[in-house]
Amino acid sequence: MPEVELGEAARKIAPVQAPAVSRGRDLRLDLFRGIALWLIFLDHIPSNIVAWITIRNYGFSDATEIFVFVSGYTAAFVYGKQMRERGFIVASAQLLRRAWQIYVAHVFLFAIYLAEIIYVATRFENPLYAEEMNILDFLKQPDVTIIQALLLKFKPANMDVLPLYIILLLLFPPTLWLLQWRSTLALGASVLLYVLTWHFNWNLPSYPSGHWFFNPFAWQLLFVFGAWCAMGGAERLSAVLRSRVTLAVAFAYLVFAFCISFTWYVPYAGQFVPKWLEEVIYPIDKTNLDVLRFAHFIALAVVAVRFIPQDWPPLNSRTLWAPIICGQHSLEIFCLGVFLSFAAHFAMTEISGAFWMQITASALGILIMIAAAWLLTWYKGAEGRSAGARPKKTPDADLAGGEV
Amino acid sequence: MRLFAPALAFLFWSAMALAEPPNCEIPGYFLEGQYELKRVNASVSQHRQLTIAVLGTGSSILAGPEGPRSAYPARLEAVLKKRLPSVSVKVVTLVRSRETAEDLAAGMSKLLVDQKPDLMIWQCGTVDAMRHIDLDEFRDALSKGLETLHKSGVDAILMNMQYSPRTETIVALGPYADVMRVVAQQHEVPLFDRLGIMHHWSDTGEFDLYVTGNDNVLAAKVHDCLGRGLATMVMDAAHLGELEPKPAQ
Repeated sequence: MPEVELGEAARKIAPVQAPAVSRGRDLRLDLFRGIALWLIFLDHIPSNIVAWITIRNYGFSDATEIFVFVSGYTAAFVYGKQMRERGFIVASAQLLRRAWQIYVAHVFLFAIYLAEIIYVATRFENPLYAEEMNILDFLKQPDVTIIQALLLKFKPANMDVLPLYIILLLLFPPTLWLLQWRSTLALGASVLLYVLTWHFNWNLPSYPSGHWFFNPFAWQLLFVFGAWCAMGGAERLSAVLRSRVTLAVAFAYLVFAFCISFTWYVPYAGQFVPKWLEEVIYPIDKTNLDVLRFAHFIALAVVAVRFIPQDWPPLNSRTLWAPIICGQHSLEIFCLGVFLSFAAHFAMTEISGAFWMQITASALGILIMIAAAWLLTWYKGAEGRSAGARPKKTPDADLAGGEV
Repeated sequence: MRLFAPALAFLFWSAMALAEPPNCEIPGYFLEGQYELKRVNASVSQHRQLTIAVLGTGSSILAGPEGPRSAYPARLEAVLKKRLPSVSVKVVTLVRSRETAEDLAAGMSKLLVDQKPDLMIWQCGTVDAMRHIDLDEFRDALSKGLETLHKSGVDAILMNMQYSPRTETIVALGPYADVMRVVAQQHEVPLFDRLGIMHHWSDTGEFDLYVTGNDNVLAAKVHDCLGRGLATMVMDAAHLGELEPKPAQ
């Protein structure tokens, strides 16, 4: 797509998007979310050699942190404007509708997942895996399983992110209200909830046992922190972000995390990690958004913001067009990514699991994600341009990456 | 570019591995470790006997009349007997199907009294991953079990799950395997990374683990290779190679 058109589209939405507190749309958010969506897709294909390039192998945090932070940022950006212009009730209603859309998307993915595993179940009798086949026991009670899935208690592997997103949006109206008036108080409340969650082990229950893999009471911290940054927090932090000391600390921490992650893949290197340090850092708790993970994300963000300014020329060029449009249609592309990771696994089991297939499936999947995002952009443009089309009253959150 | 380097190195190395003939090949880094099996060493050097208990779930046995003899605990015993002809080697298999790590840890003390092993090979993780047991609970259960073994002076090897490519999108083994790796490190216990080793065999083409059919031969071959790998790990970690008298010329 020529950059002229994208520039035109950006100009068109600019007046709608310009928030009171920020200088307008930040394409870096779309870029990072688009890349995060690709990385999540690659990580979701099991036994995928291409997943070695994803950031989770080189530090504590992974693409989920980027996705949740940017989603919080864009949600505040879009619905904050609605709340200021049209009031608490309307903005809350829009947030709830958004949560409902994500719920429907999740159930749709669950249906595809069920079809895949029933296929596996009916064709698999390798005696080596007699024990693993017990996982299909839940198919003996499909009524219970489906109801538990609709209640968001039964969540198959790799389908934990959307339920987290739903809860975050459901909790967001009062948070956003507080962010408008006393943004730092809202952030403080979020930190307090995070601390209390760690202290009292709060989490939501799962079926058949255990709790949510992404604890919403812990992960809300990153979402609210993203929202706080959108509501002017980023500008308040700008002096800290510009400081050389901050950059040095961030770099040092990233190198430290890289060294620790190295010991996960080269067990021999483990002996160079002092015992006391192991006691301090492990376990690195993904479920409850470990402080080490949060800090790793912040360090990545500090470095990224430092070297990629908001007016960085490639952001408006053809080079980064593909990840940016993917980031601009995050819900659709995320769901497509989950589906494509199932499809890639299916191709690996039915055709070949060899390296050429892993690389082909990964590349093809990303191309399909780009094509779909391009199609969605085209639809939006075509609808906006059609004669007699009334300007949309609802906020076009697609363009900020978090649709309504 | 720095990020791509390990992936490229891995690709290159895998291509090299493909050229080698399949023969239960396990790269050294899976089996070499810094943790020692002192009790095993003492028992072999002082009493010329070695009792190993394998405590595990369904994937520690094979079905069918030949099952028990083809499963990895029996193969481990056969290989150790061959490699240690002057030692009385006994491997007992204690299979507790569908039990979680917590269930297994709870029964650990009694097993030690009944079997009096020098070494406990503790295989677990699959049931916990399938039931979505909380990672904290899983970690605590592993620690509890390993502490029980440590207090009784029994050596331990922790063994993780099988690599099962067809069920990979259904059961998320990764987080549970990570917990096992960390707990083994904290308790200074060797980890037999069955997941990584079988994954390696699948990558190199040693075994086609995607096969759907009722193939007892494949299952027996995989278990034979697992038994050999375990035997190598036990021999190395307990320095048994040095204890065995060299056969007379």
